[in-house]
Amino acid sequence: MTQTRAPLVVLEGVVKRFGSHQVLTDVDLVVGAGEVVVVLGPSGSGKSTLIRTINRLETIDGGRIVVDGQPLPDEGRELARLRADIGMVFQSFNLFAHKSVLDNITLGPVKVRGASKAEARDRAMALLERVGLADKAGASPAQLSGGQQQRVAIARALAMQPKVMLFDEPTSALDPEFISEVLEVMKGLADDGMTMVVVTHEMGFARSAADRIVFLDQGRVLDDTVPGPFFDGTSSPRAREFLSKILAH
Amino acid sequence: MPFQYLDELAEGFLTTLSLTLLSAVGALVIGTVLAAMRVSPVPVLRAVGTTYVQLVRNTPLPVLAVLFALGLPVLGPSFGFFTWAVLALAVYTGAFVCEALRSGINAVGVGQGEAARAIGLGFGQTMRLVVLPQAFRTVVPPLGNVLIALTKNTAVAATISVADITLRSNALITSSADPLGVIGASALAYLVITLPLGLAVDRLEGRVAVVR
Repeated sequence: MTQTRAPLVVLEGVVKRFGSHQVLTDVDLVVGAGEVVVVLGPSGSGKSTLIRTINRLETIDGGRIVVDGQPLPDEGRELARLRADIGMVFQSFNLFAHKSVLDNITLGPVKVRGASKAEARDRAMALLERVGLADKAGASPAQLSGGQQQRVAIARALAMQPKVMLFDEPTSALDPEFISEVLEVMKGLADDGMTMVVVTHEMGFARSAADRIVFLDQGRVLDDTVPGPFFDGTSSPRAREFLSKILAH
Repeated sequence: MPFQYLDELAEGFLTTLSLTLLSAVGALVIGTVLAAMRVSPVPVLRAVGTTYVQLVRNTPLPVLAVLFALGLPVLGPSFGFFTWAVLALAVYTGAFVCEALRSGINAVGVGQGEAARAIGLGFGQTMRLVVLPQAFRTVVPPLGNVLIALTKNTAVAATISVADITLRSNALITSSADPLGVIGASALAYLVITLPLGLAVDRLEGRVAVVR
């Protein structure tokens, strides 16, 4: 179980405020190496904020966050180095609009890791192959569908050979027909043992790929459990209400 | 007729052209550095950038030119009037370049910068490799405006005795007693620089437009 895995991401008593609004309240979360944690919750519950604190795209107002044994440093060189080890996939893809698909993927390895262009290119092509888009290497992001863009974004994150991958609602901006191709890639990653924290509304993915479900409401962790019991009605009353609304149809 | 004076304005034209080119390069460098300062996460840099822009763009250019040419030598440095004119124009126009660039930087979605930082790029790399290349594309039209304004603003050099188109014209008006003809020639001489510049900007805009 989770206790036997070395903790890779640890959040302790994390507090986040936007002005007077408290978004996260005393959030504790431990993600073990190789674990897939899915974060569920109604919109506005703080899911995205939570996942964004892990690579410090959001600063925190209390508590502490440790990634791979290292407390998150302040903005600067050290933080940049740590971020390179944390892959992030955004809801809106955020591919670099002025660069080709290939250049999107090789930018980090070349500029951050100091890889040679040829080396980065070979690796990028292998990753594009893996996400099924080897033929799109020369395309610009605007020429791709949402699902294709998101798969490129995953390849871009993987090119840094991250220790953990963060997914912030990776399928929420996609047309329904493109959702499964992205989830397929994510499932493949999970099966390969990648450590993942995933914010999503895809219950099917949560049920089949997650090692653990964390349910968040109004900035507090209400449930932190394995998927089986969570979906079988032994979760918190708030989570059951949430599930009944989502799964009603 | 204006055309008969063009020959006599040729030397002034070359002076105006070099004023324009040199101060444009200076303004682009200063403006880029200022813009990076104004969007940086370091409060001191932001404050310095903001103060510079507010002070410089709210001072009339002729005042700035005279301050440079007559004021700064008191403090030590001694250059010719031409150099002072270039410096004053570059310093002044740099503030406007900064604001044009900053509007472009703000137009680049925050997600682009976040994605860059998320793969481990530092602030400088994020700006240089991801944000500025996209910002430059959206600022080509406003930057073109700034450069065209700069070309015309070089006329301020005449107030500190630099023999540009305007100074030569003023002399020619007195000697020829044909103010309209000379001013017409002077206008043509400026158009020879500004019109192609405007067309080049339009061309560039079409070429670098980023597909979103």
